[in-house]
Formats: sequence, C-alpha cells, structure tokens
Amino acid sequence: MSWFSRPATDTQITHGRRLWLYALAAVIMILLVIPTLIVVPMSFSDSQYLEFPPSNWSLRWYEEYLGSRKWMRATMTSVQVGVLTMLVATPLGTMAAYALFVSRHRLTRAIFLLLITPMIVPVILIAIGTFYAYGRMGMNNTIAGLVLAHAALALPLVIIVVTAGLRSYDLNQEQVARSLGATRSKAFFLITLPQIRFSVITAALLSFLTSFDEVIVAIFVSGGANATLTKHMFAALRDYIDPTIAAISTIMVILSSVLLLLTQFLGAKGTRD
Amino acid sequence: MKASTLSDAALPIAIRDLTKRYGPVYALNAVDLDVHSGEFLTLLGPSGSGKTTLLMAIAGFNRPDSGSIKFGAEEVILKPPHKRDVGMVFQSYALFPQMSVADNIGFPLKLRGVGAPERAARVEEALETVQLGGFGARGIDQLSGGQRQRVALARAFVFGPRILLMDEPLSALDKKLRERMQIELKHLHRKLGVTTVYVTHDQREALTMSDRIAVINDGQLVQLDAPEVIYNAPANAFVADFIGESTMLPLTRGASGLMYRDQKIAETRDGESWSLVVRPERLFFAAQDAQSDDNTIVLRGTLRETVFQGESEMALVALDNGIELAFRFGTGATTNSTGGGLGEQVAVGLNRKDVIIIPGETT
Repeated sequence: MSWFSRPATDTQITHGRRLWLYALAAVIMILLVIPTLIVVPMSFSDSQYLEFPPSNWSLRWYEEYLGSRKWMRATMTSVQVGVLTMLVATPLGTMAAYALFVSRHRLTRAIFLLLITPMIVPVILIAIGTFYAYGRMGMNNTIAGLVLAHAALALPLVIIVVTAGLRSYDLNQEQVARSLGATRSKAFFLITLPQIRFSVITAALLSFLTSFDEVIVAIFVSGGANATLTKHMFAALRDYIDPTIAAISTIMVILSSVLLLLTQFLGAKGTRD
Repeated sequence: MKASTLSDAALPIAIRDLTKRYGPVYALNAVDLDVHSGEFLTLLGPSGSGKTTLLMAIAGFNRPDSGSIKFGAEEVILKPPHKRDVGMVFQSYALFPQMSVADNIGFPLKLRGVGAPERAARVEEALETVQLGGFGARGIDQLSGGQRQRVALARAFVFGPRILLMDEPLSALDKKLRERMQIELKHLHRKLGVTTVYVTHDQREALTMSDRIAVINDGQLVQLDAPEVIYNAPANAFVADFIGESTMLPLTRGASGLMYRDQKIAETRDGESWSLVVRPERLFFAAQDAQSDDNTIVLRGTLRETVFQGESEMALVALDNGIELAFRFGTGATTNSTGGGLGEQVAVGLNRKDVIIIPGETT
C-alpha cells in the first residue's frame, strides 16, 4: 500500500485525497516565510546594494553592524526597553488576568475589553495619541515613556495567555490552601503561580517580543540617544539602503524565532501538566 | 496527634439569621443552625438549594449579607478563611499537583511553622490514619481516586482543626468505593471527634453518615433532625419526597378523622390539608380478600409493572384514582410474591404503625 492510499487520520480519508490540502498549506507557508527568509542570503552579499541572489558572498555587513557604535547603542536600547516592558507588563497583566478570572463582578467583561483595546485599536492611532500625550508630559524620547507605551501593547497578550493558563487550573486549590492557613497572597504565590508558571513565562517572552519588534510607536515616541533598533532600521531603509539592514533583520528573525519556539515549547508543556 | 487532643479542640457552630442574596435570589434566607461540638452534621439539599453557599460561609469564602456565625463563643463572620482553622475537603480533592503526597499533607503544618522532623512524623501519622502509610513520597498523579480522596482528607485534619468541612467529597468516586469511603469517613470522624459539616445532594449518603441532617431548600432550613426522624417523620412534602422513595396520597378531613377516600387513616389534626406518605419498602402484598382493620390499611389497584433491581423488586400499582403506588419487596425465596400478574387486581397492605402523615397538599 503506497503512502497515497494510506489513511491520513483515524478517518478513512487517504493522503492521496488530502494532496490538495497539503499543496495549499505549502503555498501559504511559503508565502508567509519567503519574504522573511529572502533577507538571509542578501545579508551575506558582498554588494553595496540589496541584491538577490548575491553575486559574491561576504560577512562584511555583519562586521558593519557589530562594529557600528550607532547600531550597537540602538540594539542596547531595544533590549533594555524590551526587558523593562516585560518586567512591567507581565506582573500587571498577570494580576489583571487573575482578578478578572476570580471576580464575578458584573463589570469584569467591560474591564477585560478595555484592557485588550490596545490589541484592537490600530497601532498608528496609539502611536499618534501617545506622541501628543507624551509631548505635554515631556516623555517623548525617554526610555520610561517607550516602556509604558510598549507595556500597554503587551498587556492584552499577557492577559489572554495567563487567562488561558488559569482556565486549566482548579481554583479550589487556592481555596483549600487558604482554608489550610495561607493568606490569599501566599496561596497565590505558593499554589497558583507554580501551576500557571508556563503561561506566565510565555506571556513574559511575548511581551519582550512585542516591544523588541515594535516600530510604529517607537518611530513616534523614541528618538535621539534612546531610539530603538527598529526605528534606526526604518530610518536607514528610507535614507540609504545597504545590506546592513539585511544582516540585522537576519539576527532579529533568528532571535524572534528562538523566543517564539520557546513559547510554543512551554505552551505545550503547560497544557500537558 | 492524639485523638483526645482533637476532641478537646472540637467546637460547636452557632449560625444565626444568616442571609446571602445574589441579586433578587436568596441563596440563604435567615438560616439558624446549631452544629453540636463533635457532631457529624450533613447539609442535604438539591443543587441550588444553598447548602454549598452555607458551607462556604462557614469556611469564610463567602461573606453573607447579614447574620452571625460563631465557632464556640467567638464570632467569625469577619474572619478571613486562613484564620478560621477549618479543615476543608472539596469534591475535586484540590490536591497540589506540583507537590508530593507528604508535601501536600505537610502544607498546613509548614504554614504554621512546624519544624521538618515533627512535620514528617505528623504527616506519617495522618497517612497511617487514612491507611496510606508509606505513600508520602509519591506524586499525586500516581494515586487512584480513592487514594487522592484520603490524602485530601489527611491534609484537612493533620493540623488539628476545630472544624472539618466537606463539600461532596465522595461524589467523584464510583458507587462501590463511595460506599466504602462513607463507612471509613464515619470511622475517622469517630476517631478524631472533630465537629464535621458535610454537604451532599445524595440522601442515601446523608442517611448513612450523619448524626443529624439539615435539609435545605430554597436557601432555608427545612428540617434538622437525626436520620431516622428525617426518614420516618418528614416535616413536609419536600422532605418526604427528597428523602427516600415515596408516594403521597392526599387526605381529606372526615367526621371520624383524616380519611383517604373512605378509609380512616389517622385522628384529625390541626391544619388545612394533609397527605399520607407511603414508603415503598413498608408495603406488602395482602390477600385478595383482605380488609382494613385496626392494624392494617389495605389499598387496591392494578399491577402495572414490576422491575427487577437485584436485591429487591419494584412494583407499580395503579390505584383506581390514577395515583401510582411504588412498592418494593425482597427477591428472596421467603419474601412476597406479587399475588397477581400484570394487569390484575392486587391488594396492598400498610401497617398502621408505618403511617406517615405530613401537612400540605401533595403535588
């Protein structure tokens, strides 16, 4: 029996009859991934310009990136803002998710919707609004300002991921812990948190990525010494195109992929427990 | 942990005028309830009756709108759960999956600052008590349902709580194990002597285990009595119907007393209307020509159905006014025979000593 006539699942549908589906899935995946991957060979080009396929290979653009004080400083800013965003959004979002999950108040739905609006509202609107608000408060071009704006963007993700974790958790455990003598916060930290830890770690990684990849808000509210890597990349694309961008993109793609794979791995582990 | 020290710690619970509303619905409506020191009291009622709300109020997870809860002389209504020193067992067991059996049971001791050596000794003692000696190092996922139940139990009493609360702890177990655990829980209660409030919707479980049963319906305490009294003298139609199987026959007030059709059932009492509660196992087949006398009430009807149920057989007899009388008899060689085939006329007897009269119309 060939692979084509073997059943694909528990049903009697064979791989042969599923071929169209496999082909469609392959096309979609290629369309999604190719634009991202095309920068990888371009980054190893010897040319002054973005060129595909490259005629000569070299690592000069990686040297250019790693040797540039401007790029290194922007990278440090992005990492710093990403970590701080994670540190702000993860605890706040976890607390919000917990409160919304436990509370039976009639406003919980409304509060939930309010907290996830940053995910629904076009980011450009958030960027413009934040820019004007920060203008009055003198917070444009500050690390704190950018971190707060990014934390607002990351909060919905944290809330959704942690809520999903709480759904597979038996809240009675916390009640038992409290009846056994634990205060509410002790019960949360000793019993609840260890069991939703994979969701919380996933949420933390996602909030780092949200900030690290973010460009629109960063263009508006970050600048000067505190401009992020993405903002510099955007400016570089506009002003002069050279393969340094491709080299940086390649590094970012690898970093993001690793973090995303990590969250997938943790997510699988979290649901298995 | 000696049983005697625990008995000393047992406390009575006094609940007064406890009311809890969810919007327009009264989950608890002015409930007064006294649980005696060391007693096994069951809150019995259908789902949504308020029994779990009451238990959660005692545990402190639920703040009533008004009323008072006293443990001994101490008012606890404003005390948070962790200060109430109440052991609690949930239907889902709620064991902590990231901890071993010993760490689960040791959890309340650790919170109370009991040092590691003493903790280990007390955990092992508690494990022995629930017949799980040597299971301490196991993980929760290595335990069967019944074993999990025991661990949850050990965790609830290891710190010597003054009161033990259980919310349908056996309902996740299969029937056979459930019945064995009922007996074990009763043993354990006798051994520990701790005041126990137990919630269930299973009337049989309540009858088996309790010193007293509090029947709850619509947020109100309907009847509070020993199991025998609840069964043999239900306060009203709800209790009669909820506890045990029964058929209710409407009575009328006649010249000589309370009558079922043309038969006198009991002496006249005060009140508007009355019903006769007939328990299926109290009936017996009478001879075809039997008549009611000073000892026996005889009812006649058509045998509609007989259902074999293993240890007993259930017969449905349609009385000539359409009411179906449920009627249970043993299946052994020496017990009743039906006295007739399906569709035939049969006579059914009820000893006058087994007459149960309740106020109110039947539904």
